Amino acid sequence: MNTTTISDTASHHDEHDAPTGIARWLASTNHKDIGTLYLWFSLFMFFFAGALAMLVRAELFQPGLQLFQPEVFNQLTTMHGLIMIFGAIMPALVGFANWQIPLMIGAPDMAFPRLNNWSFWLLPAAGILLIATFFVPGGAISGGWTMYPPLYIQGGMAYDISILAIHILGISSIMGAINIITTILNMRAPGMTLMKMPLFVWTWLITAFLLVAVMPVLAAAITMLLTDRHFGTHFFNAAGGGDPVMFQHIFWFFGHPEVYIMILPAFGIISTTIPAFARKPLFGYASMVYAVASIAFLSFIVWAHHMFTTGMPVGGQLFFMYTTMLIAIPTGVKVFNWVATLWRGSITFETPMLFSIAFVCLFTIGGFSGLVLALVPVDIQLQDTYYVVAHFHYVLFSGSAMAIMAGVYYWLPKWSGRMYNETLGKLHFWLTAIAFNITFFPMHFLGLAGMPRRIPDYALQFADFNMISSIGGFMLGVSQLLFLYNVVQCIRRGTPAADKPWEGADTLEWTLSSPPPYHSFVTPPHIK
Amino acid sequence: METHPHPATYYVPASSIWPLVGSVALLSLGAGFALLLNEQPVGPYLVAIGAGILLIMLIGWFGDVIDETQAGKHAEQVETSFRWGMVWFIFSEVMFFAGFFGALFYARNLAVPMLADAQILWPGFSASWPTAGPGTDATITPVAAWGLPALNTLILLSSGATVTWAHWGVLQGRKNQLLLGLALTVILGALFIALQIHEYGDAAFSIRDGIYGATFYLLTGFHGVHVMLGTAMLFVIFWRALFGHFTARRHFAFEAVAWYWHFVDVVWLLLFVFVYWL
Ligand SMILES: [Cu+2]
Repeated sequence: MNTTTISDTASHHDEHDAPTGIARWLASTNHKDIGTLYLWFSLFMFFFAGALAMLVRAELFQPGLQLFQPEVFNQLTTMHGLIMIFGAIMPALVGFANWQIPLMIGAPDMAFPRLNNWSFWLLPAAGILLIATFFVPGGAISGGWTMYPPLYIQGGMAYDISILAIHILGISSIMGAINIITTILNMRAPGMTLMKMPLFVWTWLITAFLLVAVMPVLAAAITMLLTDRHFGTHFFNAAGGGDPVMFQHIFWFFGHPEVYIMILPAFGIISTTIPAFARKPLFGYASMVYAVASIAFLSFIVWAHHMFTTGMPVGGQLFFMYTTMLIAIPTGVKVFNWVATLWRGSITFETPMLFSIAFVCLFTIGGFSGLVLALVPVDIQLQDTYYVVAHFHYVLFSGSAMAIMAGVYYWLPKWSGRMYNETLGKLHFWLTAIAFNITFFPMHFLGLAGMPRRIPDYALQFADFNMISSIGGFMLGVSQLLFLYNVVQCIRRGTPAADKPWEGADTLEWTLSSPPPYHSFVTPPHIK
Repeated sequence: METHPHPATYYVPASSIWPLVGSVALLSLGAGFALLLNEQPVGPYLVAIGAGILLIMLIGWFGDVIDETQAGKHAEQVETSFRWGMVWFIFSEVMFFAGFFGALFYARNLAVPMLADAQILWPGFSASWPTAGPGTDATITPVAAWGLPALNTLILLSSGATVTWAHWGVLQGRKNQLLLGLALTVILGALFIALQIHEYGDAAFSIRDGIYGATFYLLTGFHGVHVMLGTAMLFVIFWRALFGHFTARRHFAFEAVAWYWHFVDVVWLLLFVFVYWL
């Protein structure tokens, strides 16, 4: 991808004022500023929900009830999951989309700059509502992030507040996704055909489609919860001819694509960093695009693998088992392509690359444990055990979260115009990778031995692994302070970064200055 | 090198306070509604304040966009963005209704038969539709499809025709046809809503009557809200047409509302078939 003309950004203004002070952030219509807001918000929520996880691990440090009553423990696990998903991972990935998509396709901004700002500012509104639930009578929601009835119908005010908060998050996600799709379809620079787009842009195009398709379904599901709670409907009550399992069907029709919403942009980040540090073009670009599209398609027909123990017919179990196992094919294509990109590359191991390689290894472990769980007879044993907890932390932490960290280290020089401290970055990586495995690898053993999740106490034979896991958890939590420190130090007093600090990087954003001008590509570049 | 015809600039609006105002509105609405549901006296006030702020935001924000359009700031590429935006917005609405239709099909074809097959909790319950569920003796007399609902179908289908007729008007520069078509569409929309309210008043069952009542009122209710929204939007378009905002070439706001109206129309046809008729 070569650019023959690079924008002259200083000369062209219609209403391109660069506001200063607080208005710059509150009323922004600039994709970079809004991206920054998303990223800071998600970092704050990452630490908040991470603190909840520390409390969970503290309670599980030893058997018996030490710190919390069971209902408080369940509030902690529920809110940890809900906030990590909707408050930390998704906003971080949208932050990347905001910063990178216009830069990577040569657009002046997002297609709907004001809508973009609304998508962001709805997040703090929902965040306030969610955090406030800890302080209402009865405490926060405690039925798990999946919100299953009948438990969810019986709880107190926190349940209503959370439903409305999730509605607001849904509005934000849908508007954000529409904005991203429109930007990619309509704002590409001349010559930037779809199959020339960087893979990160492709993953976001498909992710945004998933968001528009499934967030409204979640909205419908939680609306039914709300009417069951307050307006006398019987959607999820068998006495009225409804069915609590119906909620699980509708929820997981949203829920399974949702996990891909959190991983596909991470694939996009990794598909950007690995070629850059291997100094080779991405192996099998077209097959990567088709793999992402197939994963997205399959995500709509696998949802009941979360429900093998709810009593579905054998035919249904077989169907959902096989469709789930099919996902291994396009995912395998991706993993092999990343490895093939590394093959005979001139590889260097800067912090983003370390995180990327860890992603490939550890996400693959999470993918394999997912395959294990896809097997109906095995899943019936492992349903609701710590094996499941281990599985989804391998895909969500060592998958999504570590890809986000790779992306932050990779693009921070571009975004801030300054370099981070490489030594600290590497230290952060090694501590994170080691602590992560100490925390979550033993959970596989705990789950196989039968330890149930969402229970604050456990049998004595689980004590050793839980203590190891908790120690790893505290290490993991503390290590993230290094990340915060490194980012803040980089922005405040890092050494100035070159326009293209990574030798092997080849996407459009590196043709701009670091940091890029206020309006990225006022005159679109021409792509050969 | 390919040389695409590409406008030199894409209109990037100056900073705007409306998104933040909208977020405050939804925060107030969300908190207020939760408090209202839990019988806290402050709830209704917060809801009212939130709704008021939301209305101000909508007027202000759309007002800005209309001013920009009238000032000619939206080049063709911006209009293409609007088109994509509207297409995907309508798709999201389709998926919202798909969630409720999914509940209807699941309950009718799976949940109720399974309850009848199991015979554990409620021996003697036999599957039928409509049903108020095995936990009650109440029987449901549904609204007869070929009465008021059929008339409403006719009304909405006609309104689809009138809005298309209005579209021909704007395309051929006949302002009177545009205005008349829009006015007729608004009137038909309002008539539909009035008849729907009348039907609710006469219905022999309520939202509390089992899964049938739940699916019936949520599906028709959300559809009704969409008709109200569509009618309100058509009304705004009527006023804008009156002030001559639309030309044969540039009238995307009209088209967007017309698309939305057709979407509401199609949802109603599905409702008529699967909720009222079959
Ligand atoms: Cu799944």
